[in-house]
Amino acid sequence: MLRLEFMRLAFAAGAVVGVLAPAVGFFLVERRQSLIGDGLGHVAFAGVAAGVLLDVSPVAVALVFAVVGAVAVELLRTKGGTVGDQALALVFYVGLALGVVLVSSAGALNVNLFQYLFGSILTVTWSDVWLVLALGLAAIATLGVLYRGLVGSVVDEEGSRVAGVAVDTLNMVVAVLAALTVALAMRIVGLLLVAALMVLPVTAAGRVAWSLRSTLGIAVGIGVGSVLVGLTIAYYADLAPGGTIVLAAGLAYPVCAILGGARR
Amino acid sequence: MTMVAAIELEHVSFAYRPGVPVLADVTLRVSEGEFLAVAGPNGGGKTTLLRLVLGLERASVGEVRVFGRPAGRRDRSRRIGYLPQRAGAGGEAPVTVRELVSAGRLAPSGIFGPLRRADREVVDSAIARVGLADRATAPLRTLSGGLRQRAFIAKALACEPSLLVLDEPTTGVDAESQESLAVLLERLRRDLGVTILYVSHEFGAVEHVVERLVLVRGGIVFDGPPADLPAVWHDPSHDHAQGH
Repeated sequence: MLRLEFMRLAFAAGAVVGVLAPAVGFFLVERRQSLIGDGLGHVAFAGVAAGVLLDVSPVAVALVFAVVGAVAVELLRTKGGTVGDQALALVFYVGLALGVVLVSSAGALNVNLFQYLFGSILTVTWSDVWLVLALGLAAIATLGVLYRGLVGSVVDEEGSRVAGVAVDTLNMVVAVLAALTVALAMRIVGLLLVAALMVLPVTAAGRVAWSLRSTLGIAVGIGVGSVLVGLTIAYYADLAPGGTIVLAAGLAYPVCAILGGARR
Repeated sequence: MTMVAAIELEHVSFAYRPGVPVLADVTLRVSEGEFLAVAGPNGGGKTTLLRLVLGLERASVGEVRVFGRPAGRRDRSRRIGYLPQRAGAGGEAPVTVRELVSAGRLAPSGIFGPLRRADREVVDSAIARVGLADRATAPLRTLSGGLRQRAFIAKALACEPSLLVLDEPTTGVDAESQESLAVLLERLRRDLGVTILYVSHEFGAVEHVVERLVLVRGGIVFDGPPADLPAVWHDPSHDHAQGH
């Protein structure tokens, strides 16, 4: 399997996304914003459509759209007076509607949009891998440097704010990293399933972990493991890689729940 | 020379909606090192008063100062440790006592990189001070309500505060743990010289340790030692505390 270059590329890009998606997802889940990845996928879809319309790299435009969407959600949430998940709904539905309008304007419904919606990891090129590596490693490094600050704003947002911690800035960093993850994972698992790779490993890890740090570590392990196992099964069983990866991540939940239950 | 007060409210009024004041013409001065309990009925404005002190709300009229500076303006030498109402730690993942308390060290140590050794020592000392040294690696969700509140107090102490603000700290805590929480707070005030603002509708737990009690009901309706409180206002849930 690894003699084939497209599989080596798929494993390289997938491994980075397998680390990044649960690492960013960890902070989203802890802030009870599990669905933000899903919504940013909707906004990124508008970016893909705009890229097709303008004949510019759909991934790059999707990245810009997702970042703008993430910033808009944070601003609406903190300064716009919207409550609960209204900010998410507002930005995401507008993003999806914009995507539909742009796609139909471009006459692009006949373009292979499926590769963005459901992933196309087996068509990943070296330039895709370098982009995923460069931005993915930069995002992971950012998480590493800001880990303590991000944890602080998660465990007690108001207490940290009163103590003078720049909580709004840290929240914005998480939102932008989520947008970046969506754009980078788009080719691997697809826009419709990208949020799953951010959320499912974290949810599963929470069943067996004993601390925040261990939750993050186990989630990243499940994320990478799901990508490697999912890709391997997809290769030998001739299945859709994106769906198989997410099914592997989903299977981790009952396994962890049983292990966690047995330990208690 | 007049000593700078820890907290000063001068003719403060506040309304969330125009024409519906929550607090009207409140004047209050809390000296450094004082242990003040603020009580009153739900909707009486005590949490609003606390939020004004923390700088989370701005007074519609009047002035709120903390250690001589307008509330909300950061003072690196005089930090505020805050225990929010029904404090919970994040989402579903297990947070250990040490992870929680370390988060309280963010303001003095900055948000970048790992904690330095000196900061870790302050964290361990805060954990020990609330009597949780042997539970430092325990997930919060395995602790009782009373021990969990102690962990949050340790988090508030980790920034080495000059002012400790607690919002309804006895919610979900059994009567025995409430009493030991009151004793702990009084010891912290004595040992660290920290000013304590304790806001709760149940003041019985601290009635025997605070020097001063303020009852808030749209304004201040009582301000003095708990012993001077008219009998009709005593908290019956802690009658045994009267004998202390």
